[in-house]
Amino acid sequence: MTAESTRRTRPTLPAGGSHARNWRGLGGGFLLKLALMALVNALGVSVVLSAIAAESWIILAVSVVLLVAADVIYFTRRALPLKYLFPGLVFLLAFQVFTLGYTGYVAFTNYGTGHAGSQQQAVDAALIQAERRLDDSPSYPLAVVQRGDELGFAINDDGRLRVGTAEQPLRDAGALPDSSSAPASVPGWDVVPRALLLGDAELQEQVASLRVPISADANDGSLRTREGSTAAVYRSSLVWDEQAQTITDVDSGVVYTADPSTGNFVAADGSTLPTGWIVTVGFDNFLRAFTDQRYSVPLLQVTGWTFAFAALTVFTSFALGLFLAIVFNDERVRARRVLRTLFLFPYAFPAFMSALLWRGMLNSEFGIVNDLFFFGADINWLGDPWLARLAVIWVNLWLSFPYWFLVCLGALQSLPGETLEAATIDGAGPWRRFRSITLPLLLVSTAPLAIASFAFNFNNFTIIYMLTSGGPYFTGGAAQLGATDLLISAIYKISGVAGGTADYGLASALSIIVFLVIGAISALAFRQTRKLEEIQS
Amino acid sequence: MSAPTASPTRTFALTPRRARWWAEVGWKYPLAVVMAFFAVFPLVYVLSASLNPRGNLSGSSALFSEVTLENFIRLGSTSFWIWMLNTLFIATASAIGAVLMGAAAAYAFSRFRFRGRRTSLTSLLIIQMFPQTVAFIAVFLMLLALGEVVPALGINSKIALICVYLGGALGANTFLMYGFINTIPTEIDESAKIDGASHAQIFWQLILPLMRPVLAVVFLLAFVSAFGDFILAKIILTSEDNWTLAVGMYQWVSNQLATRWGLFAAGAVVASIPVLVLFLTLQRYVVGGLVQGAVKG
Repeated sequence: MTAESTRRTRPTLPAGGSHARNWRGLGGGFLLKLALMALVNALGVSVVLSAIAAESWIILAVSVVLLVAADVIYFTRRALPLKYLFPGLVFLLAFQVFTLGYTGYVAFTNYGTGHAGSQQQAVDAALIQAERRLDDSPSYPLAVVQRGDELGFAINDDGRLRVGTAEQPLRDAGALPDSSSAPASVPGWDVVPRALLLGDAELQEQVASLRVPISADANDGSLRTREGSTAAVYRSSLVWDEQAQTITDVDSGVVYTADPSTGNFVAADGSTLPTGWIVTVGFDNFLRAFTDQRYSVPLLQVTGWTFAFAALTVFTSFALGLFLAIVFNDERVRARRVLRTLFLFPYAFPAFMSALLWRGMLNSEFGIVNDLFFFGADINWLGDPWLARLAVIWVNLWLSFPYWFLVCLGALQSLPGETLEAATIDGAGPWRRFRSITLPLLLVSTAPLAIASFAFNFNNFTIIYMLTSGGPYFTGGAAQLGATDLLISAIYKISGVAGGTADYGLASALSIIVFLVIGAISALAFRQTRKLEEIQS
Repeated sequence: MSAPTASPTRTFALTPRRARWWAEVGWKYPLAVVMAFFAVFPLVYVLSASLNPRGNLSGSSALFSEVTLENFIRLGSTSFWIWMLNTLFIATASAIGAVLMGAAAAYAFSRFRFRGRRTSLTSLLIIQMFPQTVAFIAVFLMLLALGEVVPALGINSKIALICVYLGGALGANTFLMYGFINTIPTEIDESAKIDGASHAQIFWQLILPLMRPVLAVVFLLAFVSAFGDFILAKIILTSEDNWTLAVGMYQWVSNQLATRWGLFAAGAVVASIPVLVLFLTLQRYVVGGLVQGAVKG
């Protein structure tokens, strides 16, 4: 061993020896970590407890696993990289990876309006919807009771006190002194005074809509009240037979049979009950997108426009940005810094406001574009399909050319000057130099960004929704799709998350298609980038 | 006095030198003016409309014909300021989270060699290709279920929205920071280690300060994307008090654009200030960051 290597492995230490081997007590950092972990544990335990209370077993399992993992990772000496990766990974797994997978699952189900839960929930909902007060149904003296935010009913059932809530069917709670008056006090509950009930409209409404099941069996019916002092038994006109998987309407005698392939209760004449349950339907949603005339025709147009929009928008703004970068990458032009700042403005102005701003500027009646640049003509920019498409491209050009200007400026400045000089000496003109040297070298660094920009604009929901809302609309078709709708805004409209009829299944199937397209483009881009990089090396 | 001055014709006629100047440099000035007009005109117009007391679209074409602060004062009687605070809160929180998580992950990938490192880097690259916004239905349904258990993470919660944004924090930014951190020489951390620094001290006190330029870029990108997001904010934040600017201002003008134009313009001017200030102060880093992003892909 040479003296040199010894010095390297064992550096001369300051008096007192290495810091690393000395216990320096509880540092501030350690205390901070302890406090943070205490907080994480407190939050985690409260989530675990409420998951148990809500009987959400998946959330319970996930939160227990995450909590234990967090404690193990941060209180052992091992797993050093995980200490740095864990927070990001938790969010990534929960809010991106899981949602991607869940989208896949929903795409194969009939989840949506009318199919929003399990079969049991569908049965209960159907029975509750058909509940009516029967002529001969008994009524009971009633007290409305409260525990925290939860409301319940307490009744006098022939001298027995019975209490229940919407979640908890009636339970016996002891004897009452007489058999005809409403319970005056209920152990564990606060009796809501009648005066308060009469004075509070919101509370009245809550009480009027409250239904307390008589037993766990939905066929037994429930207690309801109209005025808050007597409760009556309401019973459904439908009867659920779990053995036979049928629901019978006792009034009309119609029998609805559960159909496990569609998740509906179907009668012999083909009519169905409005509530169904979630079942997997295989590729039905994908087929529907391609074969159902109401969707397939507009969706085909939307898909074509989505590709055209993304390609055109990247091409125009890249071309303009590159052109300006080449033109102004010239030391003889003064005030280039000012120009760069001015060009930065559209990029720095929040995109959603730009779209709204242009929506006003392009207004056919009062918009400044028609007023100032077209001499007050009434050009219906956003009302004509082709003009609207032009307007969308135009606005996106305004928004994104500064980005490409800045990127290309940077890339140009890192080009090798000697190569260009050599080409000039060899007699190459400016166009030839641009085509054969500048552009290929520039594309090495900008092509990945162009692909990313394509993928971004493929899903540029904001600009479309803010500027045109997808309009002008096609006539006919199921959802309100229009000439400037992109796939993502079409998915948004079909999904019904904004209200109206929801079809999560079909919308998720379309999302999957978008994912496949984006994935394919990105994979292609990767290979292309590799090829371009070979030019450089 | 007696010295011969240049004849007047010389300055006006296109001498060969002057013609060359026009062909090579001079024409760029008119082009610059046209492009600057294209870039800035809409912004000048919105500023003018915000100062126009008429407050509707029809009278706003004459630039700066009247100047009052009426529209800005009228903002006070709307929910605008609540939305502004909501947006700033959500954007700042998710930007800080994105910076910290991304930097920590980049540090781990760059400085530690562990089993599955390559695989996780590659999977991260693949996952980040699939935009979160397209999965908005699953996000919506998931938050519906989560809200039953933890109301703070359900629909109509700002915290839930921030969490959703943080879900995309790792994928988008780790590579930018990873590339940057790799350019910081490892000798720096090694010498600190020899001096007895722990890995946490190296990360917080050495690496993070050195990463300042890329942190600025990531902060800005995350801030702007949260500031401008519409689709997730719209489906998650349902009550007016929780809306962000994007949701609120869209609601304002989607139906009555023509009549609420002055209000919108004033709101747009106010709302663009934080982003513009951020952009202009971080301009140095932004331009560098974009170029770096360009080179790193």
